[in-house]
Amino acid sequence: MIEARDLWVRFGPVAAVRGLSFRAEAGGWTALIGPNGAGKTSALRALAGLAAYEGEVLHDGRDVRRLGRRAVARLVAYVPQKPETPPALTVAEYVLLGRTPHIPYLGGESRHDREAAGGALRRFELERFAERPLGSLSGGELQRAVLARALAQEAPVLLLDEPTTALDLGRQQLVLELVDALRSDGLTVVTTMHDLTLAGQYAERLILLDEGSVVAEGAAADVLSAPNVAAHYGANVRVVEDDAGVFVLPLRTR
Amino acid sequence: METTPRVEARGVGLRAGLVTAVFLVAAIAVGLAVGSVHIGLDSIFRSVFSHVPFLHVHRAAAFDQAVVWQLRAPRVALAALVGGMLAVAGASYQGVFRNPLCDPYLLGVAGGAGLGATLAIVYAAAATAGSSWTVPLAAFAGAIGAVVVTYALGRSVGAAHMTGALVLAGVTMATFTAAVQTFVQQQHTQQLQNVYAWLLGGFSTATWHDVAICAPYVAASALVLVLHRRVLDVLSLGDDEATSLGIDVGRARLAIVVAATLGTAAAVSVSGLIAFVGIIVPHTIRLLVSTSYRAVIPLSLVAGAGFLVLTDVVARTVLSPAELPIGVVTAFLGAPFFAIVLRTSRTAR
Repeated sequence: MIEARDLWVRFGPVAAVRGLSFRAEAGGWTALIGPNGAGKTSALRALAGLAAYEGEVLHDGRDVRRLGRRAVARLVAYVPQKPETPPALTVAEYVLLGRTPHIPYLGGESRHDREAAGGALRRFELERFAERPLGSLSGGELQRAVLARALAQEAPVLLLDEPTTALDLGRQQLVLELVDALRSDGLTVVTTMHDLTLAGQYAERLILLDEGSVVAEGAAADVLSAPNVAAHYGANVRVVEDDAGVFVLPLRTR
Repeated sequence: METTPRVEARGVGLRAGLVTAVFLVAAIAVGLAVGSVHIGLDSIFRSVFSHVPFLHVHRAAAFDQAVVWQLRAPRVALAALVGGMLAVAGASYQGVFRNPLCDPYLLGVAGGAGLGATLAIVYAAAATAGSSWTVPLAAFAGAIGAVVVTYALGRSVGAAHMTGALVLAGVTMATFTAAVQTFVQQQHTQQLQNVYAWLLGGFSTATWHDVAICAPYVAASALVLVLHRRVLDVLSLGDDEATSLGIDVGRARLAIVVAATLGTAAAVSVSGLIAFVGIIVPHTIRLLVSTSYRAVIPLSLVAGAGFLVLTDVVARTVLSPAELPIGVVTAFLGAPFFAIVLRTSRTAR
């Protein structure tokens, strides 16, 4: 469980996040949505302890600021929108780096670390790729390797910044299904997402940010209304709702 | 049935480790055997191993013993220390700054050492004639002084942009120290040859005393860098991801830079400026073995030592009895060799 209380992130005089408060329960999926520049990434970076913030981030009720960097890394795994993937590292080597918070600073991996990394590879169906260099993978395979590295960290909270950027529709679905499956192990998932339909399909709670502030919050049916999307994205959409979910479809303006 | 993937970091690997170790041993053997005086293998063997306690190897004839043990052996040992240090420091700088063109002189070590040595040669050498300490000590002090100023300058822009600022500060520092050094040198043209001889680098005056000055620094800094090999792999993911994996990036970077710089300064102070080793050796390892620092760091240390020992053999034999500056040889042999490695290797990138 991870909780933000009155979270502010500032860049000089500009506040990118203004008083964000929410709580993500174990096994839940929360999606931060909003137009470009709304503060989604800044909020996620603050939750990961990568951006300076005011307010509080609590992990199971404990203030994250009182924990050391390694302790935080054992609790929160973070995947940026464009992760660095050194092309000549093998997938296995890369996923093993996810074990860093569990390995002494100048030490090496234990057998348990190798098993945990192996488990993460299996979970993302990457066994065949273990010995392949990252540079030889396709976009979808690479994103699975990145997620496997985050999973190998064995942190109960997974923060993903735009996990489906640059993937085709099929790969997007595959990646999101794999992330969804992790929730059954009690993993808390918080993602930023651009695709509103996919956000509504996978996350049970959406938080719509605009200019750093929360402007709508709740289930897909409550947040993804045509007026909301028009007001905050400046987009003309038709929202279709049936028993399979909420679908946000872009329409030409003329 | 689930297959269990083999999840292992390749590290040095048995084959690459063995090949590199054999290369170093062979280089040392050649370094001891080749010279203007012919000495038989038996005498060389006796000269070296008579110094190993409990082996009870009898010493070689006095003349052979003196040539091998007092002239060639310290020279080989010093070249090995300096070569290993420059290569491992270059690899570390490339990792910390995530820039393949970084070399151990990046933060102004070379300029500072050059200035220190020039000042010592021009002003102090006459006053302390006979003391072999003055020039190395001044070079060491100059190197450390330059890096401290570079670091302070780079730091002043704040942590967020420090990596780039450090490189720029290093360039600024190198330019400034080179200007001062040239000015001093032009004021004392009678010392020009001594200054140039130092700047171009070499081991022609190597003694066990130089080895003793240099060895503790090289050993300590190489140890720190080898211990950081996995951390360097984590740093290759970028500051954000390394931080989110629990690494204190600022502290890790400082530890690595301090170790690499101290070792480089010690190496430079006894050898002068030897270019190219810190770039060519790590990149050869990357192309032939692996880009993981678990392989690059330890293998650069060993291969760099062998490389400079062999280069020194070439430097002292090609124009024998005259000697070529070793920096000329590293570049002359290194550049084509590296071009070949670059062309023939096929790695994913």
